[in-house]
Amino acid sequence: MRAAVVVFPGSNCDRDLAVAFEAAGAEVSMVWHKDDALPEGVDVVGIPGGFSYGDYLRCGAIAAQSNICNAVKAHADRGGYVLGVCNGFQVLTETGLLPGALLRNAGLKYICKTVGLKVETSNSDFTAGYNAGDVIDIPIAHHDGNYFADADTIKRLQDADRVAFTYEDNPNGAQADIAGILSANRRVLGMMPHPERAADIGHGGTDGAALFRALVGALATA
Amino acid sequence: MKARVHVMLKNGVLDPQGEAVRHALGALGFDGVNGVRQGKVIELDLADGATEADVTQMCEKLLANTVIESYSVEMG
Repeated sequence: MRAAVVVFPGSNCDRDLAVAFEAAGAEVSMVWHKDDALPEGVDVVGIPGGFSYGDYLRCGAIAAQSNICNAVKAHADRGGYVLGVCNGFQVLTETGLLPGALLRNAGLKYICKTVGLKVETSNSDFTAGYNAGDVIDIPIAHHDGNYFADADTIKRLQDADRVAFTYEDNPNGAQADIAGILSANRRVLGMMPHPERAADIGHGGTDGAALFRALVGALATA
Repeated sequence: MKARVHVMLKNGVLDPQGEAVRHALGALGFDGVNGVRQGKVIELDLADGATEADVTQMCEKLLANTVIESYSVEMG
């Protein structure tokens, strides 16, 4: 099973994401934002957290127009898997692969702490390692994590069971407490919390490891 | 040739920065500021012959995120 992790100027969770994929058994390659293509045979693309292009214009806006993002969009259009974490989630909304947008936190402050996340659905290869209703402890670290979409879009996501995670105690003003959402084909996941920062005993928690194990397991046997 | 693009959060989209500015104005004694919305202005220096339609495309593709933002273009 092969994973690729995209590196933008300003990415700072790229290696953490790669380590989490590797620990789950994936073979990982890093791809640079100027590359035109993903390596052959990549099953899942990870878009890491950080501050791509300095968050200039809007978080993720410039990354979404980069060469590699065109390849990521084509990969997703072919039914490929994509995991976007934090800035990666912002990039995915800017590319249009996921609906909505991430606004400035309602309290205006950058928030860095571990939060309780409720698993809303186990019906995806990302979340199959959890039970719906499980509450897991995952760190957040963001300034613009306030998920916004119009009411129709929120309802559409909820009705189609596409809300993957919600906050137990909403830290940022996100609509419907949304922390992570799935694409219509359930193969693209964007989430503000960092599962790769809760994937090793040394992190102080391992609740995120099941996400990588489930995904790598599903794709290894596919 | 110059163009000026104004980008604002759409009505109904929470603008916590604008709210913070409104509170700060109140704290300075400026009464009666009922609302503040904060946006951005982007000035473009364009080659001759560029049209408003070109700038509109730039807005749609990059300068504004129309999920949350509205924009207006001023040419010249």
